[in-house]
Amino acid sequence: MPFLPLIAHRHPDAVMAWRGGMPVSVRRFLGEVEYIAGQLPLGQNVLNLCGDRYRFTVALAACIVSGRVSLLPSTHTPEMVRQMQRIAPDVFCIVDKKDGGVDLTTFRYPESIPPLTANFVVPGIAGEQIVAQVFTSGSSGVPVPHVKRWGNLVRNARAGAARLGIGAGHAVLGTVPPQHMYGLEATVLMPLQSGAALHAGRPFYPADICTALEELPRPRVLVTTPYHLRVLLADQTLSPVADRLLSATAPLPQDLAREAEARFGVSLHEIYGCTETGQLASRHTAAGAEWQTLPDVRVRREGQIIWAEGGHLDKPIRLTDVIELTGNDTASDTFLLYGRHADQVNIAGKRTSLAYLNHQLHTIPGVQDGVFLLPREDSPERVGRLAALVVAPGFTPAALVRALRERIDPVFLPRPLLFVDALPRNATGKLPGQFTQDLQASLEARSSTGMAA
Amino acid sequence: MPEANPELQNEVASLVVSALNLEISPQEIQPDAPLYGEGLGLDSIDILEVALVVSRHFGFQLRADNADNVHIFSSLANLTRHIAANRTK
Repeated sequence: MPFLPLIAHRHPDAVMAWRGGMPVSVRRFLGEVEYIAGQLPLGQNVLNLCGDRYRFTVALAACIVSGRVSLLPSTHTPEMVRQMQRIAPDVFCIVDKKDGGVDLTTFRYPESIPPLTANFVVPGIAGEQIVAQVFTSGSSGVPVPHVKRWGNLVRNARAGAARLGIGAGHAVLGTVPPQHMYGLEATVLMPLQSGAALHAGRPFYPADICTALEELPRPRVLVTTPYHLRVLLADQTLSPVADRLLSATAPLPQDLAREAEARFGVSLHEIYGCTETGQLASRHTAAGAEWQTLPDVRVRREGQIIWAEGGHLDKPIRLTDVIELTGNDTASDTFLLYGRHADQVNIAGKRTSLAYLNHQLHTIPGVQDGVFLLPREDSPERVGRLAALVVAPGFTPAALVRALRERIDPVFLPRPLLFVDALPRNATGKLPGQFTQDLQASLEARSSTGMAA
Repeated sequence: MPEANPELQNEVASLVVSALNLEISPQEIQPDAPLYGEGLGLDSIDILEVALVVSRHFGFQLRADNADNVHIFSSLANLTRHIAANRTK
């Protein structure tokens, strides 16, 4: 694979980012990348924890130009950090806040960087260079790495930007962190590879999203999730202004997509993809439920298994969602998405598997048995929470939650957490299906009546 | 620091419990225990829901750039004081 440029911006004075209402030029960005690359400690593997999206991007680029690999686990709990250290003993972290550190060798992003007067040269990066490793939840409790090469990321980012019509002159604001695949692609790589500018912030409250949008020139792109979008639209006193809307992490109900388009007066597109594949397809949700793959990408059915292949993918990758091919029965560039397979968990856009959660629960010393249960539904209207049944004599609920908090992302903490004397496992160690179904039904009855009433 | 108004504090506790469908009664929320993380155990998804009901019921927006944003959710009493100081209805 040939060398591919770090950024698509053609002019040193082009705007690369917006930070605190001020533009950051490409010249400034490249100078900071060079400076940071020269300051980083030894170590090939990096946990980039910068909360400021601009600093995250500088740090990512500094790692890329210095041949380092960014590790992108799904969460940064102490246990996950330990697992990263086991996978890559030389890993160090980059932080940009005083209290943002983890238990690793730490590089603090400098508060001020001397202005550099270097010539304007956009670094070229070898297409086959490994620039990141992203991780999914393995069923054995160990995160599974997926290698991301520069060439594949660039090809994917360019295809996504072309599909969504994002390019030079656009400014991109994200409500999602850059440390996950969707945020990395949509709010960092797409701007870098299309010549657009990125907003350094990550607004949280609806009012903050509106303020951050106002800081950007138009056309503005808002990169968000069904959950954030629902909360933003629910507040009728706000009038956010954006020129393009992008949603991903979970399917957006069509009525919410239409409501968003009516309120913003612009079109909304959804992106479908996963950590393993990156973005694969898009749809204009208000117009139809069918997904259209990115150019040269297709989905293929082999018995019960669905593969994604072509385009930016070097090899076919198995998808874990329930997908129906349309157009052609065995291989297609259009499809419908019906949700996740039984073991997969997606809560407010965060993904894991029941097997992973159960494994983490069982590794807590003193837990004799236990099982996580899926919520029957998770929608933007009502975020479903997991339940857990645990056999752990001597544990208080608070102590068990504390132990889980060390290991799993807080959105997966069980509500309710129920203590039992034993689980009715059969001879092969499995729980009878009827047992979990009955339990789920009684949990639902309990949550719909509300115990607090 | 002024005492949080007990009536308003009960109202806020009830709103939090009903908005988040918590399996406790409003009286069980300790006024001085953290709402976020350890304590009541709320996460960022919950905090956004609370922001929404605060906007609807009290007519003002929560913002992360308030210097005391962490402080606001450090307890029910602090959230109540913040609402008392900023409510428009």
